[in-house]
Amino acid sequence: MTRNPNRTALVELSGVSKHYGNVRALEGVSLTVRAGEITCVLGDNGAGKSTLIKIVSGLHQHDGGTLALDGEETRLASPRDALDRGIATVYQDLAVVPLMPVWRNFFLGSEPRKGIAPFKRMDVDLMRRTTRAELLRMGIDLRDVDQPIDTLSGGERQCVAIARAVYFGAKVLVLDEPTAALGVKQSGVVLKYVAAARDQGLGVVLITHNPHHAYLVGDRFVLLKRGTMVGNHERDDITLDELTRQMAGGNELDDLRHELQRP
Amino acid sequence: MSATDAPTADERILRTSPLRKLLGRPELGSVVGAIAVFVFFALAADSFLRAASLSTVLYASSTIGIMAVPVALLMIGGEFDLSAGVMVTSSALISSMFSYQMTANVWVGVGVSLLVTLAVGAFNGFMLTRTKLPSFIITLGTFLMLTGMNLGFTKLIDGTVSTKTIADMEGFPSARDVFASTITVGGVGFKITIVWWLALVAVASWILLRTRAGNWIFAVGGNQDAARAVGVPVAKTKIGLYMGVAFGAWIAGQHLLFSYDVVQSGEGVGNELIYIIAAVIGGCLITGGYGSAVGSAVGAFIFGMTSKGIVFAEWNPDWFKFFLGAMLLLATLLNAWVRKRAEATK
Repeated sequence: MTRNPNRTALVELSGVSKHYGNVRALEGVSLTVRAGEITCVLGDNGAGKSTLIKIVSGLHQHDGGTLALDGEETRLASPRDALDRGIATVYQDLAVVPLMPVWRNFFLGSEPRKGIAPFKRMDVDLMRRTTRAELLRMGIDLRDVDQPIDTLSGGERQCVAIARAVYFGAKVLVLDEPTAALGVKQSGVVLKYVAAARDQGLGVVLITHNPHHAYLVGDRFVLLKRGTMVGNHERDDITLDELTRQMAGGNELDDLRHELQRP
Repeated sequence: MSATDAPTADERILRTSPLRKLLGRPELGSVVGAIAVFVFFALAADSFLRAASLSTVLYASSTIGIMAVPVALLMIGGEFDLSAGVMVTSSALISSMFSYQMTANVWVGVGVSLLVTLAVGAFNGFMLTRTKLPSFIITLGTFLMLTGMNLGFTKLIDGTVSTKTIADMEGFPSARDVFASTITVGGVGFKITIVWWLALVAVASWILLRTRAGNWIFAVGGNQDAARAVGVPVAKTKIGLYMGVAFGAWIAGQHLLFSYDVVQSGEGVGNELIYIIAAVIGGCLITGGYGSAVGSAVGAFIFGMTSKGIVFAEWNPDWFKFFLGAMLLLATLLNAWVRKRAEATK
């Protein structure tokens, strides 16, 4: 993996802000995503991570600042628009339709079809076969792609969603807290696929509040706090300890430590 | 990797027994229920097993079934339509009154009725997706408005609560052939609505299981936010489903008109619940995302068997609603139990 700062970023946000009525959700946030790199967005609950992700994935539009794709300033009109431009988002809780079979979920929204106009139908065989093969490639061996997706474990569901984004030729993968609800082992599995996606040349935005997970795979770290950006570091500029310290509240933590110190 | 895994995979697929596959079908509970009801009336009423009785039962089932199919699809898509019952009457009234007032060929009225009814369906869907209010409220509003308009317009134009006969008008015989004729098979007459019903079940099943739109219907009912996030056009899908209900209402309405020549403007109130009951008995989850078109047909068939079976058994038909209520509870419990079992075996 080579880092080339001169190459155009896949996604470049600069000074982006977003207001909901009179609530300032995001102010002056910058973010760079390059191919084959992982940009981590860290922040506590309510720091603005979700708002940021919604802007990148086209669910919301930004009020201020600029968003550029491949160096071209633009606006994302809808999630569909974002998808068409190669930005795929995997949400922590709303990634899948629980009662639907795995193969239907895998292709949802981008179903391959065959046949002529009034009799156009989904290519079910292809969908079943592809789902099985793509998941096998990620090391998930499903005995039945017809089983409802909520019968899979949380980590497997995340992997299905990631496999799906990779299969559909995403250039940028946005992952919302992919390890938040998972155990240690499952988190490791998911992080391996995140790294695998990076190695395939995708630009990854990893949203998390776990600095340890972030530091394992990240190339760049954006720290958010109460809607503003409090840090934007290259991997070389920061250690895990420093990242953890900043993430945990930095000086506030020092104060807290002082306060809680045993006599 | 895949080559070495293939045999293991096959081995495990063998464990997917046909029985488990069957248990996973949404309509299983209703099929068991339908068999029980059939056996029950076959024992209780001697005349129930005659071919003529079957024809009567199927006819009763089809008039419910034609609407139960699109209502089931809508329910899988996560919504209700309380205006479905009176929409049938509206569709018949529009067709009849337009033809009569314009002295036009009845087919013109039939065409106008199709357009207006589809527009009402589109209105339901549009209001739902724009206002984001629950479909219960939106379609309750449409239900009341249509009920009022049915009576109001009929009295205003015809002076009474029913329309004038259009039996002597141009195009009536051919329209009657299409919407209300009887086909004789082996000496027994079967109403053409049975054909419409089965055709709708077939088309709806194909849409649901084999087309992209079907995938979207399951998705918007199962998890609307996830569907929107992966690019499914949620609003379009829902509006389409409401227009599907309107299409069913148009067919049922034209049948109503052409089998009796006149339409009673107060009809149809309460039928919307019957369609919903048929869909639920047929295995549709009331919360959306799960169900089938075939199930709704079985639900409608149970309905037809019960309503006519009581007559064949020479019981007091006042008890029909009691049986219906008991059946709804039993079927829903059975469905829930079957689904739990199916999920446990996975």
